[in-house]
Amino acid sequence: MTLTTPAGPALTPAGGASPAPKPGGRHRPALRRIRKRLVHLLIVLLAVTFLSFVVVDLLPGDAAVVVAGDNATPEQVQQVREDLQLDRPLLVRYVDWLGGVVTGDLGSSFRTGQPVAEALAQRIPVTFEITIVAQLLALLIAIPLAVYSAYRPGRLVDRASMTIGFGAAAMPTFVFGMVLIVLFAGGVSSILPATGYVGFFEDPLGNLRSIILPCLTLMIAEAAVYRQLLRSDMISTLQEDFILMARSKGLSARTILLRHALRPSSFSLITLSGVNIGRLLGGTVIVETLFAIPGLGQLIVQAVFNRDYMILQGALLFVAVAYVVINMLIDLLYLALDPRVRRDA
Amino acid sequence: MTPDTTTGDAVATQVPIATMAAKGKGKRIQRAGRAPIGWYVAWVWLGAVVLSAVFAPLLPLWDPAVPDYNNVFGGITPQHWLGGDTLGRDNLSRIIYGARASLLVGICAVLLGALVGGILGMLAGYFGGRTERVLALVTDVVLAFPGLVFIIALVAILGSSLTNLIIGLAILSVPTFIRLSRAATLTVAQREFVQAARAYGCKPLRIIAREIAPNVVLPVAAYGFIMIGVFIVVEGSLSFLGLGIPPPTPSWGGMIAGGRTELLNFPHISLFPAAVMFLTVLSINYIGERTRKQFEVKESNL
Amino acid sequence: MTGTRSETRNGRSEDVLGAGAQGGAPDGADLLTAEDVVVRFHTKKGVVHAVEGVSLRLKAGEVLAVVGESGSGKTVFTRRAMGLISGGRGTEVSGTVTYDGTRISELSGKALSAFWGSEIALILQDPMTSLNPVKRIGAQLTETILLHERVTKKEALERAVELLRSVGLSEPERRVRQYPHELSGGMRQRVTIAIALSCNPRLLLADEPTTALDVTVQAQILDLLADLQARRRMAMLLVTHDLRVVRSRSDRIAVMYAGRIVETAPTPELFAEPKMPYTEALMNAVPPVAGPNHVRLQVIPGRPPDLINPPAGCKFSPRCPYAQDRCLTEEPPLRDAGSPDHQYRCWFPVGSPAWAEAKARNIERGTSAAGTPVTEEMVLT
Repeated sequence: MTLTTPAGPALTPAGGASPAPKPGGRHRPALRRIRKRLVHLLIVLLAVTFLSFVVVDLLPGDAAVVVAGDNATPEQVQQVREDLQLDRPLLVRYVDWLGGVVTGDLGSSFRTGQPVAEALAQRIPVTFEITIVAQLLALLIAIPLAVYSAYRPGRLVDRASMTIGFGAAAMPTFVFGMVLIVLFAGGVSSILPATGYVGFFEDPLGNLRSIILPCLTLMIAEAAVYRQLLRSDMISTLQEDFILMARSKGLSARTILLRHALRPSSFSLITLSGVNIGRLLGGTVIVETLFAIPGLGQLIVQAVFNRDYMILQGALLFVAVAYVVINMLIDLLYLALDPRVRRDA
Repeated sequence: MTPDTTTGDAVATQVPIATMAAKGKGKRIQRAGRAPIGWYVAWVWLGAVVLSAVFAPLLPLWDPAVPDYNNVFGGITPQHWLGGDTLGRDNLSRIIYGARASLLVGICAVLLGALVGGILGMLAGYFGGRTERVLALVTDVVLAFPGLVFIIALVAILGSSLTNLIIGLAILSVPTFIRLSRAATLTVAQREFVQAARAYGCKPLRIIAREIAPNVVLPVAAYGFIMIGVFIVVEGSLSFLGLGIPPPTPSWGGMIAGGRTELLNFPHISLFPAAVMFLTVLSINYIGERTRKQFEVKESNL
Repeated sequence: MTGTRSETRNGRSEDVLGAGAQGGAPDGADLLTAEDVVVRFHTKKGVVHAVEGVSLRLKAGEVLAVVGESGSGKTVFTRRAMGLISGGRGTEVSGTVTYDGTRISELSGKALSAFWGSEIALILQDPMTSLNPVKRIGAQLTETILLHERVTKKEALERAVELLRSVGLSEPERRVRQYPHELSGGMRQRVTIAIALSCNPRLLLADEPTTALDVTVQAQILDLLADLQARRRMAMLLVTHDLRVVRSRSDRIAVMYAGRIVETAPTPELFAEPKMPYTEALMNAVPPVAGPNHVRLQVIPGRPPDLINPPAGCKFSPRCPYAQDRCLTEEPPLRDAGSPDHQYRCWFPVGSPAWAEAKARNIERGTSAAGTPVTEEMVLT
């Protein structure tokens, strides 16, 4: 409690007349925490990429055979193996690859010769767009419903959204996607395309049309979970004394809900949403398969089946980096939203 | 100037009650009464699914693997209550045999994951320090590695089988169970009886087994129950992608995927297994959620 | 000693008659009137009779102390008086509350919350939980001012700084930029007082404002409240479980037990001539000087009453050393003790011949009519 009081000699040994803490001084424990976290996440990054090397190495089937083709002679296969440097030990290849990554070279596809960076650059924006749009939609639907449900629990909006949410959460993604296709793309009506993806810069409207169904498919279950989570956190926040205090000031219900209760209730929602974005960036494989969208998930699955190690390594690196970055962002968001965290050593 | 409770600030009616509960001066107001009908319906449905799955070989069903050429895309008939699939196999029989696969995967994977994750989480929570840091690292690595790639690789390396699928899903669920069990351990470890046991000089493993585990089991079990439903969906999704249980064995996801090409002409092939899966997962979620709530109510009345 | 203190208080009150011209009721007129207030909570376990027929009057500029153990209904009554608790959804309310001529018990929504913060303000028990942890002190102070008065943000902030200074907080300019967790408990309670006073309310409801604080800080906060109350000529409802705390800081005292008022009197009279055995017990109970400050003092033997199944007859009878058979079956009404200012609920009021008889009988048989053991030293008054 004495951290910022004037009588805090332990922290301001100079004992100057000005008790104002040095800029950043107050945040020092937080910075240390972030640094610690960074180191941790860097180790995670290394572990994940190394693990993926091991896993790929363990996969049955010889990449050289796959690349050389079915009719290749043993000599040709050997040649390919040497060309691809697959004859060297695992650790050497890993360090070599890591060196490449640090200098910005992710290598090229074994099969097509396409640079990995280029392949990723084609696929990532697609998955990114769908993921982010779906997340925003889910939050856009979930937050107002959750706030209102917490405000009047057990009433119509709460019950209705809870029932629908229960159904949505129990519905497998691919089933919901199939239902949407039947409803909007071929069965009952054909107002939206069932498959395919149109780039935003080629045709913004076509892009919008092509992502509506995939995003809806992804969004529905998340929205249900988000609503449930925020609602229960919000209900417990509304039981806090400071809400009673806010009411006793004469503030309106709207102000109390949005200005006083929402922020302290949103921490688990932020965490979950972040985790979900990280997970989905790793590939929305089912949705991509269902709607024939050339995203990262499809690339990864194909790379596994094709033993296209370089593509797979690059893609897994991206996924791990995304996970790490999003974890960092969540930490920073906590710092911004909860002043108490800033002091926790 | 008349009391206006319908259009007035509902905060005025809601928050005070809530506040009272927080203060412990009055108990949270809840409509007293018995469990709603849905509760019984969910249990009856789950019971029916489990029983028919267990006793499938004893039931008068068609062989789920044998095609009947008169039943290709077959509709609902007295012989085939739920019609036939693209090869003419009996839908009802395949759904019931599919339930065996789905339930087996769901339950076994959860048991395995909860056991491993629960124990590791208690160790992390109790010992802290290096144990905790190492486990946090393992957790993050598993979480940062795309689950699907892991499953594909596992199946590719060890072969496609029910056992391998269970192991793969269990491994993927371990981090969540670690986190849950660790959090529960941290709260329990602060309680007097654990502190007392420590003071008496009890061995850590004994304290974990005798004092902490009984308190960690409940939240882990509650979460595990819901995870069964999640794994049924995941198994279905994998089968849908052709990565799940290998084809001759019927599974719900495989059946839904099998009917996909004929979705517009013969929707029932996908619809029936999808509906069964939906209702099963819904029942699990409903029961899990309600149990959790009642557990919470008891806590707040303490 | 109490008498002198009380006289000065009354003298002050009269001085203010003319000056307290903030509008509405002048000092001496009823500011808050509660008539037969009832609050019941319908729960799974049964109906909680939190407040059962409480009637109180609070004059402008007066300090009324509501005293009772936890579970006596004093907090629920306070919140009902303000309108923070209203009927519906398992909560049953009846009776009327009138504030300065307006029946606020019949208001709801905006019409009711217009009084909150501007006319009636509330201070809660625990300053650690009553401030929003993610909002700056300044924002929590100015929002009330901005809501009720037509001022700019800058003016509101200036006023916030002034308010913090007036409640004795050092460096108010810096405090407004701080978050609650950066302040100590005593400082936080000063902040909540500043918030409560920010729009010059004429009625302050202080619900155990010092219970959660360190013993050393308690007196400071109480003195601050008394000082501010006197200077601003506010009426104050001071809720507490500690009778000693209000001895020199209140004009009148209402003692509550099991949701009922069991005795009410001007402060000096109550201390001089307590009629209700419960009041007497509260006075005799001496809390330990040292000890953890958060512990609720179990000052009287026996447990506070079960509000779901309250005992028949006098609610205090199971714990009362003088209880007779009549006490167990018939609930005593609120009766005047000489003047309508002093009322009590007891069949055997302390000091009466009937009481002496009852006391002698219970000492002789060693138990009260309820079976509670009674010894001579327990009733040594």
